[in-house]
Amino acid sequence: MSEAEIKSLEAQFEAKIANDEKIEPKDWMPEKYRKTHIRQISQHAHSEIVGMLPEGNWITRAPSLRRKAALLAKVQDEAGHGLYLYSACETLGISREELYNQLHTGAAKYSSIFNYPTLTWADMGAIGWLVDGAAIINQVPLCSTSYGPYARAMVRVCKEESFHQRQGYEIMLSLCNGTEEQKQMAQDALNRWWWPSLMMLGPEDKDSVHTEQSMKWKLKRKTNDELRQQFIDQTVPQADILGLTIPDPELKWNEEKGGYDFGPIDWDEFWQVVKGHGPMNKKRLDDRRNAWEKGKWVRDAAMAYAQKQNERKNKQAI
Amino acid sequence: MSKEIPLWEVFIRSKNGLEHRHCGSLHAEDAEMALNNARDVYTRRNEGVSIWVVESKHITASNPQDSGELFEPAADKVYRHPTFYELPDELKHM
Ligand SMILES: [Fe+2]
Ligand SMILES: [Fe+2]
Repeated sequence: MSEAEIKSLEAQFEAKIANDEKIEPKDWMPEKYRKTHIRQISQHAHSEIVGMLPEGNWITRAPSLRRKAALLAKVQDEAGHGLYLYSACETLGISREELYNQLHTGAAKYSSIFNYPTLTWADMGAIGWLVDGAAIINQVPLCSTSYGPYARAMVRVCKEESFHQRQGYEIMLSLCNGTEEQKQMAQDALNRWWWPSLMMLGPEDKDSVHTEQSMKWKLKRKTNDELRQQFIDQTVPQADILGLTIPDPELKWNEEKGGYDFGPIDWDEFWQVVKGHGPMNKKRLDDRRNAWEKGKWVRDAAMAYAQKQNERKNKQAI
Repeated sequence: MSKEIPLWEVFIRSKNGLEHRHCGSLHAEDAEMALNNARDVYTRRNEGVSIWVVESKHITASNPQDSGELFEPAADKVYRHPTFYELPDELKHM
């Protein structure tokens, strides 16, 4: 294809998106669109999968059967989210093996929030409430993103997320209505998860490299700072209901802007964790690799079985 | 063994009376496991009463580049639509 032809295809392509038409897997797309989508969708998938680890940590120690069933179902949903997203990503021409490989070698990123440890049961409450809460704010706009398979996966994901946040908030509520010690536990969890949750919505707009292009492709509909403001404004009243204090002395309602002002975020910490120096980075990746390697014999056995069945069927047919 | 686990397309009937609709894909070694996985991945909240799985490689798809040739000819066949025919206003319900 000549350069002029590519330019004209690109113009048609951008017009299609501006017109709110969807792009489907076999449609022509610019290489940059394909690459950016593989990166974002796979990062998203990896986050769902690694995100199971901090919560899986508490399934066997849930305080009641009701809590255990709910947490188990939540973690199973996250596995489902990862699978929807991996499938969507594969439609762009990358194999599942390669995607796993990128995760396991550390070449691909996942949400840095999952590199923090889950120290007490209250962390299951704080994660559902804050981390799933921030994820919902991030994900809802993606239901109308331009790439069809991604948009469809996000519709399914968003439908399932609201139970995640509600079960987390309910855990916090029970703790806050419990003994002084239990309430303290809830406060401690909020103290540890608040700032990482704000960071989860991404670097500040002035430091964010992808925003403009992402906006055009509807990979982003609001900027990181807008999403963060929305998250804070919606979460502060929820903390009030619990009777908990947000760990930010500078947090204050600003009548003029109709939102909360908040203190500075420690972006050094964020970049440290992104670069692999968070408290749990190594453990998370080790656990993923372990699961993959130790599951190999199961995959091999299933393949061998399928092959044998197939051969048997073919023989009968002759 | 380093063969890739086959890819399957999943179709779900949400209730009797409705058609099976494509809802996504997954990897599985054989049809039986594809069905089991589809149940776990796509019907955790009563989304279905029946599942079809078909290995993706068996699907033949039209090419978007042929869309003009395939689908545009239908656009100028307005006589396939009831509104093409001019009938008197007195005529009701036809
Ligand atoms: Fe999720
Ligand atoms: Fe979730």
